[in-house]
Amino acid sequence: MKYTPQDFKSNQEVKWCPGCGDHAILASVQRSMPEICEALNYTKERFVFVSGIGCSSRFPYYMETYGFHGIHGRASAIATGVKVANPTLTVWQVTGDGDALAIGGNHFIHAVRRNIDINIILFNNQIYGLTKGQYSPTSKLGMVTKTSPYGTVEHPFNPGALVLGSRGTFFARSLDVELKLTQDIMVESAKHDGTAVTEVLVNCVIFNDKTHFNLVDREFRADRTIVLKHGEPMIFGKERDKGLVLDGIKLKVVKIGENGITEKDILVHDAKEENPGLHSMLIDMKFPEYPVALGVIRAVKDSTYDDNVRDQLTEVRSKSTIKTMDDLLKSGATWEVK
Amino acid sequence: MQHKVIDTKEVVVRFTGDSGDGMQLTGTLFADASALFGNDISTFPDFPAEIRAPQGTVSGVSGFQVNIGSGEIKTPGDYCDVLVAMNPAALRSNAKWTKSSSTIILDSDTFDEKGITKAGFKTSDPITELKIEDRNIIFAAITSLTKESLKDSGLDPKMIVRSKNMFTLGMCYYMFNRPMNFTFEYIEKKFKKNPALVDANKKVLQDGYNYAGNIHAIPNTYTIQPAKYEKGLYRNINGNQATAWGLLAASEKSGRPLFCGSYPITPATSILEELAKHKELNAKTLQCEDEIAGICTSIGAAYAGSFAVTTTSGPGLSLKSEALGLAMITELPLVIVDVQRGGPSTGIPTKTEQTDLNQALYGRNGECPIAVIAAHSPSHCFDAAFYSGKFAMEHMMPVMLLTEGFLGNGSEPWKIPSMSDYPEINPPVIEKAEETPYWPFKRDEERLARRWALPGTVGLEHRVGGLEKNNDGTVSSDPIVHERMVAERAEKVARLANYIPDQTIMGEESGDVLVVGWGGTYGHLYTAVKELQAEGKKVSLTHFDYIFPLPKNTADVFSNFKKILVCELNSGQFANYLRTQHQQFQYHQCNKVQGQPFIVKEIVDAVNAIL
Repeated sequence: MKYTPQDFKSNQEVKWCPGCGDHAILASVQRSMPEICEALNYTKERFVFVSGIGCSSRFPYYMETYGFHGIHGRASAIATGVKVANPTLTVWQVTGDGDALAIGGNHFIHAVRRNIDINIILFNNQIYGLTKGQYSPTSKLGMVTKTSPYGTVEHPFNPGALVLGSRGTFFARSLDVELKLTQDIMVESAKHDGTAVTEVLVNCVIFNDKTHFNLVDREFRADRTIVLKHGEPMIFGKERDKGLVLDGIKLKVVKIGENGITEKDILVHDAKEENPGLHSMLIDMKFPEYPVALGVIRAVKDSTYDDNVRDQLTEVRSKSTIKTMDDLLKSGATWEVK
Repeated sequence: MQHKVIDTKEVVVRFTGDSGDGMQLTGTLFADASALFGNDISTFPDFPAEIRAPQGTVSGVSGFQVNIGSGEIKTPGDYCDVLVAMNPAALRSNAKWTKSSSTIILDSDTFDEKGITKAGFKTSDPITELKIEDRNIIFAAITSLTKESLKDSGLDPKMIVRSKNMFTLGMCYYMFNRPMNFTFEYIEKKFKKNPALVDANKKVLQDGYNYAGNIHAIPNTYTIQPAKYEKGLYRNINGNQATAWGLLAASEKSGRPLFCGSYPITPATSILEELAKHKELNAKTLQCEDEIAGICTSIGAAYAGSFAVTTTSGPGLSLKSEALGLAMITELPLVIVDVQRGGPSTGIPTKTEQTDLNQALYGRNGECPIAVIAAHSPSHCFDAAFYSGKFAMEHMMPVMLLTEGFLGNGSEPWKIPSMSDYPEINPPVIEKAEETPYWPFKRDEERLARRWALPGTVGLEHRVGGLEKNNDGTVSSDPIVHERMVAERAEKVARLANYIPDQTIMGEESGDVLVVGWGGTYGHLYTAVKELQAEGKKVSLTHFDYIFPLPKNTADVFSNFKKILVCELNSGQFANYLRTQHQQFQYHQCNKVQGQPFIVKEIVDAVNAIL
């Protein structure tokens, strides 16, 4: 069956603020759906979108698919239940930096650790929007918000580092304004077996406007970000003249053509490398020392929780002499009264 | 001394020792052997929260009481006829549970100065200090006899000492004329990979048996004839196993695969452990990262079409409160099992109480009524779990099942039912809807249940969630819609009263005192009321399995008695609840909050006090 993005738009009015970055992600996801269906032979009724609480968590209402708007922080747990109960479904979790990394941090890391086959889209705007402007676990140190009038005194999480620390198999990053990149990543995420986490840096136009401005402005986006592609050299810049090399145990930005550097010296991105060392360094790159890494940074193969559950179930069922409840009731030590 | 064989109807045996002495296993094996022999039994494990508290101290004493009889046994017994105490601390904390005519078996090797001091005795003569000189005290050198018995076994000294519980068990088998073949079979199975351990355990068991026969210290042995049971196949079952099996049975009858998201918590853990074994019946269990994930994975699984359950105890239920509201407002089937323990907070986690009733009835934000069902005996946990599942799925709502530590860990013989004796379960799963688009919260007229459209079904795409909504599923904060939806959800729960059985009375339908109970106190209340009835007193019992909603005839049952006495293991939660539901009656109370079950005499005294 051929779908169009329109098939995935529900009849509900989208109620995010005008100018909110969430609109762009919704568009990217809806555009990616026909491609995902085509690539993986999925049909629309197999999609379930699960969310927690927050601005981004209204997402399921806007998708013409099955959807579950849960409670704050628990989307990973609900999504896990959906997927384990019916592994033929394709399960998508939409969450924010507060929902996934503060109140839901525990469920988030354990979903990633189990490598359950769900797709997590993490909208990171570094602020609590729905409660009107308090700092979040990804707010920068010193950021002034309603609950930190003198600036925050705590260090933020880097979501990608958390994913690696939880032995994550897939991590990607995008910007809300990079619609096509987000769309492409969604397809890669769907193809990945296991927990696929995509962090999208998103703008909150009301409470944290231009928080990612340093990266997203067209003027310098190409010089301050690098879109990683598996098998391709790590080259970036408006003129495609900058690249990344290893200098000792650290990454270093170099200019091609300077100091004898040629394209051959530039690192080639290997998203499939199991060792997370280089992925970790790429995830950690911060402006202004480095370009911020976008694209699929890590995508490695490992067994998934839901497959392991299914395999164990099949094996036990094939070996057991107990086939029905009546068999179970009569099993073990019993005695007959005559 | 003249050896007597006493033919008796009922004997209570209490095994006590250090947490590491294996008393739970000894008690369980003795109980199982008695059940397999054909006696009626009731057991009560009573153990500390610490896995290995300091050796030899009172805080580390673990106990297991079993009541075995040739007639009807409904409680583990108040006081014991035989106490086994493996050290002075066990004697000190359990002497108060012995009858004056009882026999007490002590391991003399542990009654040295150090052991006696450690147990907290003030003198060097525990027997006199405890004023139990009138009991038949048997000092047996159990530790040294076990060492002697196993000196050629090749086992290391630590293993040898650990086998002393088997020696004790052998002594008890002699005293009660129990056949040992069941226990031999158990040993062979358990240690099948280690023949040396099989031989050692069998030998020490046999030596204990022979020792008890050889010494003249044991004045009498008991025979307890098999109980008169209905014909049929029987097994021994504890409450948590019965709960797990009842849930599996509901899954089979409904055709919905079972999913249990849960987190280990005393005393509910063994339900999760039991369910985890039964993948052959298509049961999926997920040991979660926390209690909240336990219920939330289950809610997700319910949305996807599983018969979803989550199992916990009081503190875990507190953590699940918010998600319970989500299950309620999304109107998904879910069974929440709370095996109650002593609270508040961590409280006394291994002890039994009925103190979560208020939490079960009211512990959520907003208007959030949830059906509450209680199990009344270990084997009744099966039916209680089965019907909790049936009502959850057929009425599309969460159902709370309350059991208790006393039921979960206690066991009794159970006539194995056939699944053909149980009703069908017909969840309202749909493949197609008449309306387009599908209205997820459209209700049937009788039950007010919504339909269950499973993800994967073509054309029924819909969204559910914790926000208030209209029947078509669209989010709404309209004041009138909210009030109507609140009323519809409450009415759905209230209508469950049309589907549950009428409340019954044990005894005459009118009289002076009606004893009212709920949950795991049933055995004690039953035994107490039988005793009072045998004395000719006009006392009856009505015991509630269905707590919310109450059976429709509740007021009729109450109205024919001069006085109503509500007995429960809390400060009066059910009595207060009845005051809100049926205000026209006056409720007397009999309460106990000690982390221990009632003793029969307490109930008898409470009834006599108002007669």
